[in-house]
Amino acid sequence: MEFFLQQLFSGLAFGGVYACMALAVVMIYQATDHLNFAQGEMAMFSTYIAYTLISHGVPYWWTFLLAMAISFVGGVMIERIIVRPVEGTSVLNEVIVFIGLLTIFNSLAGWIWEYTIKPFPSPFPKDPLFGNTFVGTHDLGVIGVTLVVLFGVFLFFRYTPIGLAMRAAAQDPASARLVGIRVGWMLALGWGLAAAIGAVAGILVAPIVFLEPNMMGSILLYGFAGALLGGITNPAGAVFGGFAVGVLETLIGAYVSFIGSELKLTVALVLIIAVLVFRPSGLFGRVVVKRV
Amino acid sequence: MDAQLGAKVREIAALASGAKLSRLQWIGIAVAIAVGLIVPLLVSDYRTFQFTLVLVYAMAVLGLNILTGFNGQFSLGHSAFFAIGAYTAAIMMDHWEIAYYWTLPAAGVVCLIAGFLFGLPALRLEGLYLALATFALSIATPPLLKYDHLSEWTGGVQGVVITKPDAPFGLQISQDNWLYYFTFVVLLVLYFCAWNLLRGRTGRALKAIRDNPIAAQAMGINTALYKSLTFGVSALYTGVAGALGAIAIQFVAPDSFTFFLSVAILVGMVIGGIGSIPGSIFGGIVIVFVPNVAEQISKAAPWAVYGTLLILCMYFMPLGIWGFIRMGYARLTRRRKAD
Amino acid sequence: MMLNRRNFAVSAAAMAIALAYGPAGAAGKYDPGASDTEIKIGNTNPYSGPASAYGTIGKAIAAYWKMVNDNGGINGRKINFISLDDSYSPPKTVEQTRKLVEQERVLLDFQPLGTPTNTAIHKYMNAKKVPQLFVATGAGKWGQPKKYPWTMGWQPAYPGEAKIYASYLLNNKPDAKVAILYQNDDYGKDYLNGFIAGLGAKAKTMIVAKESYETSDPTVDPQVIKLKASGADVFFNITTPKFAAQAIRKVYDLGWQPLHFLNNVSTSVGGVLKPAGLEKSVGLITTAYLKEATDPQWANDADMKAWNAWMDKYLPGGDKSSSFNVYGYAVSATMHEVLKRAGDNLTRANIMKQAASLKGLKVPLLLPGITVDTSPTDFYPIECARLAKFDGHKWQLVGDVLCPKK
Repeated sequence: MEFFLQQLFSGLAFGGVYACMALAVVMIYQATDHLNFAQGEMAMFSTYIAYTLISHGVPYWWTFLLAMAISFVGGVMIERIIVRPVEGTSVLNEVIVFIGLLTIFNSLAGWIWEYTIKPFPSPFPKDPLFGNTFVGTHDLGVIGVTLVVLFGVFLFFRYTPIGLAMRAAAQDPASARLVGIRVGWMLALGWGLAAAIGAVAGILVAPIVFLEPNMMGSILLYGFAGALLGGITNPAGAVFGGFAVGVLETLIGAYVSFIGSELKLTVALVLIIAVLVFRPSGLFGRVVVKRV
Repeated sequence: MDAQLGAKVREIAALASGAKLSRLQWIGIAVAIAVGLIVPLLVSDYRTFQFTLVLVYAMAVLGLNILTGFNGQFSLGHSAFFAIGAYTAAIMMDHWEIAYYWTLPAAGVVCLIAGFLFGLPALRLEGLYLALATFALSIATPPLLKYDHLSEWTGGVQGVVITKPDAPFGLQISQDNWLYYFTFVVLLVLYFCAWNLLRGRTGRALKAIRDNPIAAQAMGINTALYKSLTFGVSALYTGVAGALGAIAIQFVAPDSFTFFLSVAILVGMVIGGIGSIPGSIFGGIVIVFVPNVAEQISKAAPWAVYGTLLILCMYFMPLGIWGFIRMGYARLTRRRKAD
Repeated sequence: MMLNRRNFAVSAAAMAIALAYGPAGAAGKYDPGASDTEIKIGNTNPYSGPASAYGTIGKAIAAYWKMVNDNGGINGRKINFISLDDSYSPPKTVEQTRKLVEQERVLLDFQPLGTPTNTAIHKYMNAKKVPQLFVATGAGKWGQPKKYPWTMGWQPAYPGEAKIYASYLLNNKPDAKVAILYQNDDYGKDYLNGFIAGLGAKAKTMIVAKESYETSDPTVDPQVIKLKASGADVFFNITTPKFAAQAIRKVYDLGWQPLHFLNNVSTSVGGVLKPAGLEKSVGLITTAYLKEATDPQWANDADMKAWNAWMDKYLPGGDKSSSFNVYGYAVSATMHEVLKRAGDNLTRANIMKQAASLKGLKVPLLLPGITVDTSPTDFYPIECARLAKFDGHKWQLVGDVLCPKK
C-alpha cells in the first residue's frame, strides 16, 4: 500500500506540472489555434530569471510574482515582435518559427547560465506533512498551486471583461473586431498569460528535477499529451489530462513488469492515442461540428 | 492574407506537379541533372559525401512532402520510418551479408507496410491529434531499438556497423563517388515516380482530400484507402532514404534517430517548399548545411543562430526556397512583359 | 609543468636545436596537419542539441590550448585546435570528422565525445590511419591495439570501475541484495555488464532489481521507489549528473539507507551533491581518479591552484563546480605531453607511438597515486582509481589504489 501511495503521489506531483503546462498550451491554443512548441523552453527561461532574482536576494514569493510578470511581458513581446509577421501564413510556417524559438531559448540559457544543474528552492516545508513517507510537502504544494492556477484561469475567463473579450476574439475574430475588440492584442495577451502560467510550471518543477536548459523538453511533451487527452478546448479538461498522464505513466512503469521503465512513455502515449481514436476531441473537449 | 497565400501555395504545387512540363521546366531539369552528374568530379570526396547526404535527406523530405504537402496530413514521426529503413539495410548487410542494393527495395517494402498499418488508425486523427500520434511514434523509436528482446537483431544500444560498398565493374572511382552516383540514380527514379504519381488522377485525389475531404468523398474518392496508402508511400520514400543514409554513414544506432531527426525533416520540407517536388532538394540542402553555417557564426550558442536563421527564412521566404525562386521568376517575367 | 628530468632534457635539447637552426631549419618529419609553425588538432563535441551540457569539455580544451599558445606553444609550434559541433548525432559526427580529416587536414582527432559518435567513426579513423586519441567516453571498446591501432581511450573504462564495486561487495558484503538504476544506453549497459561480470556466479542471486531510464525522462523518482520496494540493501547508481542528484535525494527522502555506490560520472560535489543536498549525500561511495575542484581538501594543492588561475584567465565566468572543466584540463595536459614527446617527428605513427609508451606519467589533477600508463599492447591509459566515501563535505579517499582485474 505504501508503495502504491508513493507511486501515486509521485505521479500526481508530476501530473500537476504537466497540468500547468497543459494549461499554458490551452491558453495559446484558445487564443491562436496553434500549439506552441517553444512553450517549454520559454518556461525554462522564466525559471532561470526567477533563479537569478533569488540569487540576488529577492524573497521567494516576490520572485514568484516578478517572474510571472516578466514572463507575461516577455510573452506579449514575443507575440508582437517575432510571431506577428508569420501569423496567418500557414500553420507549418508558424511551427517552424516555434521550433526556431525553442532552439534559441535553449541555446541562450545554456550560454548564459551554463549547463550544470542548479538547485531551486521550494517555498514549502522540507519535512513531509504529519511525518508520512509517501508524499513530500513540495509535491502536495505542486498539486495545490496547479488547482489554484486553474481556478484563477476559470475566474478570469468567466468573470472579467478582458477574459470575455479574449474568448470572443478566439471564437469569432471577425465579429469580435466589429464590436471593437482589438483581436491582435488579445492574441498577444493569450501569449502573455501562457508564458506566465508556464513560468509557474517551471518554478514548480525546478525543485523536483533541478534547473537546467533541457529541463522542460519532455515535460512540455507530456503537457501536450495531457492537453489533447483532456480536450484542448477545455482548461479543466487539460488539467485533468495532465494529472492523468502523470499517474498513468508512473503506474505503468511500476506495475506492468513486462513493459518496465524502458517503454512506459511509449505505452502511455499509445494508450492516449487509443483514447483519442475513440474520442477524437479528447475526453472533455468540445466536439467541433464542421459545416459543409 | 491567409487565403491568398494558401492559393498561391496550391497554384505553385499544381505547377510543380503539373501534367505537362513547359520548355523552361525541361531545361531546368536537364541543367539540374547535369549539375548533379558533374558535381562529384569537381569537389573532394568529403564534399561528395556531404552531397550524398543532401540527396538522402532530399528523399526523406520528399517522402514527408507527399504526405503533408500533397495530402495535408501532418507528421512528426518520419524519424521512425527513416530508422526502420536504416535498420533494415543494416541488418540485411550485417546478418545475412546481402548486397547493399538489395536492401533498398526491402527497406521500401517494409516501410510501405509499416506506414500503411500506421496510417489506418491515424485515419481517425486529424491535425494536432495526428501530430501527437506521429510524435509518439518518433519518441518510441529509440527505446524500441534498444529493447533487449530485439537486441540480437538491432545490436541494442551498440548499434550496427556496416561496410561501405566499393564501386562495381572495376570502375576506378572512389567509394564516395560511387555511392553518390548510386544515390543520385535512386533519387531520380524516385522523383520520377513521385512526379508521375502526383500529376495524374492519384495526385488530384490526394489534393482534393487535402483541400476538402468531404467533397472528395462525395465525388467517390475512397479517402480512407488513399490516406493510408499515402502514409505508406511517404514512409517508403523515407525508408529508402534511411537505408541509403545508413550505407553512407556506415553505422546505425538508436541515438541517430531521435525526435530531432523528425524535426529536421519537417524544417527541411517547410524551408525547401511545401508541396513541391524540386523544393525537396533544397530541403536536403537546408538539413545538411544550415547547422554548419550556424556553427560557423557562433560556436558558443549554435542553436541560437540556427533558430534565428529559421525565423528569418520564414519572414523572407514564407513559401520556402522553391516558392521564393518561382515568385522571383514570375516577377521578372512580368516586368519583361510590361516592357 | 609536469616534466620529469629526462623529458626536460629532451625538450631542452629540441629547443636548443630549434634555436640553433631557426624555424626554417627545424627539419621535422611531418604528416598532414603539422608544420614548423603549427599543429592542427581536430575535435567533435555537442555544442547544440540535448547533449550540449558536454560541450563544456570542448570549450575547456580550447581554453587549455589557448594557454599553451600564449606560453609559446609546443616545441615552438602553435596549436590550432579545430572543434566542430556534432549535436551528439552519429551521422553528423561522421560528416564533421571527415571535414576535419579531409578538408581541414588535421594531424589527429583529439577527445571526440560520446560512445555512439566515436563508434560511428571508429572504422573510418583506422582506415585513414589518423589517431583518434583519448576519446571522451569510458566504454570498454577503445583499447584494442591489434584491431584498432589508431584509437585510444583515456579515462578508466566503465566496466573496470563497475568491477571495483563488485569486488568490494564480494569482499565486504557477500550476502548483499543489490538494486541497480542505469541509463538505457551503451554507457549504462557497459557499467551494468561490467558489474555482472565482476560478481561472476553470484550475480544472479545478488542482484535483486534493476531499473533503467531514458535521458528524455523528466525524473527517476518512480524507478527509485520501485528499487526500494525490492528490499535491496545495496544501491548501484549508474546515472548522469542530473539523474544522479534526483536519485540521491529520492533515496534519502524515502528513508532508504542502502550502501550507495555512485558511478564516477556524477561525483562532482558542486554539480551533483550540492544540488541534491550535502547532508543527503553522506555515505556515498564512488571511485575517483581526478581531483574534485570544489573539494576543500585540494584548496592548497599546487595543480589545483594552477587550474584555478587558468580558469580565471581563460574561462572567466566558467563554472568551477563543473567537473568537466577539470576533466578537460587533465586530458589536454596528457595530449600536451604526448605532443611534446613527439618532438619534431610529427607523424601520425609517431604520435601513436608516443601515446602508447607513457610510463607512470603524472598528469596534473589526477589523484595521488594514479598515473597514466600505456604500452603497445595496453591502450587503456588510466585504469586504476581509488575508492572514496563522502563525509558531508568532501570525498574521503579510502584504502589504496585499486586496479580492476582483467
